[in-house]
Amino acid sequence: MLKFDNVCKRYPETGEVLRNVSFHLRHGEIAFLTGHSGAGKSTLLKLIGVMERCSRGQILLDGQDLSGAKESQLPFLRRKMGFIYQDYKLLQDRTVFDNVALPLVIAGYGHQEISRKVRASLDKVGLAGKEKKYPIALSGGEQQRVGIARAFVNKPPIIIADEPTGNLDPDLAMEIMRLFVSFQQVGVTVLIASHDISLITKMNHRVLKLDHGQLVSE
Amino acid sequence: MKKRKQTREVKYVKPAKQEIRQTKQAGGNFLDKLYAYRDAHVNVFVSSLIRLADSPFNTIMTIAVLSIAIALAAGFQLVVSNMEALTANLENSTQFTIFLKDNVSDARAAKVAESFRQNPAILQVNVIGKDQALEEFKHYSGFGDAIGILKTNPLPVVLQVMPKNSLGDKNQLEELRQEFQQDENVDTVDMDMLWVERLQSIMGLVHSGLTMLKFVLLVSALFIAGNTIRLELHSRREEVIIAKLVGATNGFIQRPFIYSGFLMGFISGVIAWFIVTVMMFMMRQSVNELSELYGGDFHLVFFSFADTFCLVFASAALGMLASWSVLKYQLRHTIPE
Repeated sequence: MLKFDNVCKRYPETGEVLRNVSFHLRHGEIAFLTGHSGAGKSTLLKLIGVMERCSRGQILLDGQDLSGAKESQLPFLRRKMGFIYQDYKLLQDRTVFDNVALPLVIAGYGHQEISRKVRASLDKVGLAGKEKKYPIALSGGEQQRVGIARAFVNKPPIIIADEPTGNLDPDLAMEIMRLFVSFQQVGVTVLIASHDISLITKMNHRVLKLDHGQLVSE
Repeated sequence: MKKRKQTREVKYVKPAKQEIRQTKQAGGNFLDKLYAYRDAHVNVFVSSLIRLADSPFNTIMTIAVLSIAIALAAGFQLVVSNMEALTANLENSTQFTIFLKDNVSDARAAKVAESFRQNPAILQVNVIGKDQALEEFKHYSGFGDAIGILKTNPLPVVLQVMPKNSLGDKNQLEELRQEFQQDENVDTVDMDMLWVERLQSIMGLVHSGLTMLKFVLLVSALFIAGNTIRLELHSRREEVIIAKLVGATNGFIQRPFIYSGFLMGFISGVIAWFIVTVMMFMMRQSVNELSELYGGDFHLVFFSFADTFCLVFASAALGMLASWSVLKYQLRHTIPE
């Protein structure tokens, strides 16, 4: 599903941030990406979302070359990924419904289909009935679940989460993790960047550990 | 079916097209897609309106400046077309002043005038006899007393000849002049063309000056609109980035801004039309008075229906062009983090 092949990323200011990173996530696999701050986690996620291009190597998503994709193809590639962020990245001036509906509106779905899918997605994350609320009126855990509902609403084959539980207490974090596992069970590939070691060990899934830009253990 | 697609995807030479097709198919059948597209546009249009109304101060300032710039440009255009109408009138008022030889008597002059009247190219011939000419000269020159000393009348008979209106062409006028000159009774022929030519060249200068000003104003209007869109884009940076992250194309992101540009241009165009029309109405009275004093039948040229249509839609197009060009440049630099 997601394949990194000898990927290097070098910034002119800071030098090499990623060095010869290679791994392969299969369909429906769940994996944690971990490492100390500055180990290159965020850079790796940016490469997947093609917000940055790798300096060397190749990244394949479902057989498509991300590193060589044209600028005009990026929106369509990004529709195959669901991104989840530590700071949720919700639109504060839109309702929960509108936030979750955004990827569908962008993909050009019809009115009724959007409504149906958004409700299903909100139901899945346990926020049914909160469609009309604004993000500001929700707790941190709820906002994160809105973010997850948005990432999942278009049923992307891969979900990438950047520190999704960073701002949440352990119980809420565990709940969010269970959500990810339920996605995995329906065949979605999930990659979670996190430095919450205790949570990661509790979950007992594949772990990719980065150290100074190199993958040190799997 | 699905399998075949997948095997094709393995050769990832040009997979993106397939992906595009897949995502586009996602919305259901063609009619659903069409409705979705229409809904999206209506939504965007409404939300652009709301955006403009959300920051009324900015919007009003921009529209005020834009409409003044457009009104000035349109006003200059109107001045130019009025000047053209005016000089067209002048061209028709060309007349010849024919001085007959000193020894030609008034009676002889009347005959000459009659022969000129036969010419189909001539509209009217006025005869100013020797005595009449002297009277006029006394009256207007201020040498009345000095002229009284003269024993004989030194003034020749003068014929004022007006060619037909159709004679706007210089060559034809020149031919006519030659014809007059050939008559044995004629001393000199003055064609009152020089001042018309001078006026026309002054008009031409004013014309090109105004055209340049108009161009500068339109360019500045473009920048004003573009800057407003840039500020709006800046204040909605976060939204743009999130939209990009969930797979929005640049076209999708541009749409509301282009609509904003359209709306601003459109409204400014309408206001500019009102400004110019009100100014013209205020000026009409004095222009008519002036025109009457000169015995002319000149009337101010207003915007025609087509002009109004062009003005409003050119302004709207200007707004769209401004926002499009700003977005084209800015969106490339708005990269999600």
